Amino acid sequence: MRIRPKGDTGIVEGDLTPMIDMTFQLIAFFMLVINFSEVEQDQRVQLPASELAKPPSAPYEQPFTIHLTRHDQYIFGGRMLSELSQLESALRLETQIIKRHTAKKLADVTIIIRADENAKTGQVQEVIQICQKLEFEKFALRGKQSEVPTLGGS
Amino acid sequence: MKLRNTEHRETIVLQMTPMIDIVFQLLVFFVFTFKIVLPEGDFNIRMPSAAASTTSQPSETPLVKVRLRANDDGELAGVQLGDRPLQEQPFLELQSQIRSMIGDAGGPGSTDQEVEIEADYNLKYRYAMNAITAITGYVENGEQHKLVERVRFAPLPEK
Repeated sequence: MRIRPKGDTGIVEGDLTPMIDMTFQLIAFFMLVINFSEVEQDQRVQLPASELAKPPSAPYEQPFTIHLTRHDQYIFGGRMLSELSQLESALRLETQIIKRHTAKKLADVTIIIRADENAKTGQVQEVIQICQKLEFEKFALRGKQSEVPTLGGS
Repeated sequence: MKLRNTEHRETIVLQMTPMIDIVFQLLVFFVFTFKIVLPEGDFNIRMPSAAASTTSQPSETPLVKVRLRANDDGELAGVQLGDRPLQEQPFLELQSQIRSMIGDAGGPGSTDQEVEIEADYNLKYRYAMNAITAITGYVENGEQHKLVERVRFAPLPEK
């Protein structure tokens, strides 16, 4: 009589590798998602430094971010715009979407303005005026945080 | 009777290759997403359009005007607080003037003073940011103190 199956019981062991693979991939996926949804940043814009610029205590509810580069261009919704009128029509489109599909008031929507430190102040004002014309009221002028005082330099 | 299968158990080898693959993938992921970005912060300003603001807020305190002048290159040429020009280190002086003006003894942000910044069109934005910093607060002993919270830009002249 042969006793065959006795030794085979030792190799009945679950293969963990695919599970670890999947776990790591999931981790990577979530990290990717978190990174890209948190803040809208753009390397083409170098923000002015300020020791008082503080990160918002609560995240804004669906803000709009308008970037202003040093070459007088606007970036809105991932699109590079060179004319103020293009920015205005893009913003108007957004306001219509908000008005039709949500109950939110435009005065409660925050406009984050990320202007380059060498951009023209007048252009920032123009952007603000256009937003005011479209009934936006809340603005967040973004600067990069600085540990050293920034006022003494000039 | 032979017992052949007893040494069979020792041949179980842990496969390292898939794990290393994944670790490398993670490494590549972090390398590509790594960027040195300084933390960012905001100056929150509520600026309704000029037509709405004149009707809604009969201000008791007089409006303080800060004038920023620029030269042709967009560099700062001069700062005026009201009619008074500020000389060397204008933003530090602006800050101390504002501090003495509103007398922040009443606690931080207790004033409803409003400051209007009138800047030349081609002035570089960092000077405007400096002015906003000087007006809105100061840092002392590592603590932030608020001064004037209501800051707005003067309307641009009609072209």
